[in-house]
Amino acid sequence: MERLHALVCAGTGCTSSQSALIIERLNEELVKFNLQDEVKIVKTGCFGLCQKGPIMAIYPDKIFYCHVSVDDVPEIVSEHFYKGRPVKRLELSDIDEITKEKIFEISKIRFYAKQKRVALRNCGVINPEDINEYIAKDGYQALGKVLTQMTSQAVIDEIKRSGLRGRGGGGFPTGIKWQFAADQTSDEKYVICNADEGDPGAFMDRSILEGDPHAVLEAMAIAGYAIGAKHGYVYIRAEYPIAVERLKIAIKQAEKLGLFGKDILGTGFEFNVEIRLGAGAFVCGEETALIMSIEGKRGMPNPKPPFPAIKGVWGKPTIINNVETFANITQIIINGADWFRSMGTNKSPGTKVFALGGKIVNTGLVEIPMGTTLREVIYEIGGGCPNNKNFKAVQTGGPSGGCLTEKDLNTPIDFDNLTALGSMMGSGGMIVVDEDNCMVDVARFYMEFICDESCGKCTPCRIGTKRMLELLTDLCEGRGSLATLDELESLGNSIKETALCGLGQTAPNPVLSTMRLFKDEYLAHAVDHKCPAGVCKNLLTYSIDPLKCKKCSLCAKNCPVDAISGEVGKTVFTIDAAKCIKCGACLTNCRFNAVIRG
Amino acid sequence: MKSLAELEKLRDITKKKIELRDGDCDYRIVVGMATCGIAAGARPVLNALIAEATEAEYSCTIAQTGCIGMCTLEPLVEVFDKNGNKTTYVLINPEKAVEIMREHIGKGNIVEKYTVGSVKR
Repeated sequence: MERLHALVCAGTGCTSSQSALIIERLNEELVKFNLQDEVKIVKTGCFGLCQKGPIMAIYPDKIFYCHVSVDDVPEIVSEHFYKGRPVKRLELSDIDEITKEKIFEISKIRFYAKQKRVALRNCGVINPEDINEYIAKDGYQALGKVLTQMTSQAVIDEIKRSGLRGRGGGGFPTGIKWQFAADQTSDEKYVICNADEGDPGAFMDRSILEGDPHAVLEAMAIAGYAIGAKHGYVYIRAEYPIAVERLKIAIKQAEKLGLFGKDILGTGFEFNVEIRLGAGAFVCGEETALIMSIEGKRGMPNPKPPFPAIKGVWGKPTIINNVETFANITQIIINGADWFRSMGTNKSPGTKVFALGGKIVNTGLVEIPMGTTLREVIYEIGGGCPNNKNFKAVQTGGPSGGCLTEKDLNTPIDFDNLTALGSMMGSGGMIVVDEDNCMVDVARFYMEFICDESCGKCTPCRIGTKRMLELLTDLCEGRGSLATLDELESLGNSIKETALCGLGQTAPNPVLSTMRLFKDEYLAHAVDHKCPAGVCKNLLTYSIDPLKCKKCSLCAKNCPVDAISGEVGKTVFTIDAAKCIKCGACLTNCRFNAVIRG
Repeated sequence: MKSLAELEKLRDITKKKIELRDGDCDYRIVVGMATCGIAAGARPVLNALIAEATEAEYSCTIAQTGCIGMCTLEPLVEVFDKNGNKTTYVLINPEKAVEIMREHIGKGNIVEKYTVGSVKR
């Protein structure tokens, strides 16, 4: 019998820090101690706490080990697995705020305490490459339930009643989308899973597919039953090799058990899934472009209507749902719409997964009930900004979204509140920005991304975003003026009104949002030609205050381009502006605050 | 697989395999495996417990722990039920371990004669 399970994260994050090697080494060590039959090493999906990876969870002890390295493996096996003594130094812990004592209990650790894992329920719990573990967690029971006990319309009604809204960004009610497609009469219909996750900093779809691929596949079959489709596509980018591999394994295993294919569970229902690989174009996440790409054409959007639910892939009625949306479906079927509505807010029921990134202590994946405040997410779960820096803003919604600042921190997060504040939910990327980030530079980063990703079909997006990028670059390099700001704003507004698809229409948002919230930073760049955050190099000058300089030469020693001269103990040091590359090494190394950045 | 009943059957089988991750087991059995325990023969006891649990498919987790304190009475085996009630068995050998598994874990009857209470008396 196995008396101990060690679950090692095999998501993309932990794999890149050698978790595959850790698994290999663990198995070797187990053989040395003759424990291979007692201890089972399980490859699993993302635990969410990517910052502390590679992560390993030990059951039944319920212990998390973090930052595990290959060299720690012998100690873990001999001490914990063999002698039963957990390796304390690797254990995940938190400090209790009141008693100031260390707590090791997972459910009490702040990162997990406020979370409610629905879409991520099996990530870090089961082996995604073993269908039996998914079945053990009531896998394919929801499909069994709809096929044997529910009519197609009853399924749609249940999803409608749950109030589930599209998690890919739009927030469109899923049940209504399904109803549109179900109402069409057609010889063929299609179900598409949109796994073309493109927002910089968002990785929840990848993690779900890596950690629990069957949950998405099962939901696709349920959607197929609801709308009358027997064919599904998972459209996923080739840049997600681990997710693609696990999907392939999952489809093969489900087919082998007869859970996919013809006459599923003896009910006569037929459903097949095919994987379509995308080349990673951002625009292919837009549904009409995605359809073009599946059909083998160049991925470019088309005007809507007709909507895909009427005329989609191969001209047939098609529903397209995001990975996270699908991941909620089986739970709604099993637990009912009322259970789903008991979480979240009235207009945005359920939970949402957010990818925390940027200047935040706990980088990773969190799933919280809608209605949780930004403050709770950023400070309690995320741990705030590292190095005691001041929080400046959080960027949500990726290149289509906007920024939220200090004053918005107490707003409960849901679709409508974020839109009202001038940002958007998007797919759930949250990038935290602190005092050391320049907002003009942040806006320029997003505009650069959009320029790269614009498909070129319509003029406002193809040429307009390029011109906006040029204006932003002017600001960052000291060529800006007040006229630049006016031009940026009017150009942004016209692109919003005239671009063909969602990508173009929302492209100016990061610029317009930061212009509104950080007017003084823009003015400093445009008028004074200064960058208050000290990021835009062309606007910076470094000099040494001769009164404060102690002639120690530390700045000169650290200068990578020998731009600083002076004699130790004799003369004050000076910076040659012509040679200076503005790296700031002198500033960080000077112990007497003698280096001035202007 | 041709019916929902078959799927449910498979689920019940597979559920047992990952039970110890949920903490839903009826009993938690702990063997003292510090130096004193190992020297007194705790390892064969642990092996016997595991072998018996595997064969009979009992709902329990088996783990080791450090020194329980009564080194003269090693090997020690502690059994916790779902409500946290603890039974401490002392001077256990593989045969006694099997008996404890069958009686206590299998049928829910505490094997009084091996408990620390009766041995110390």
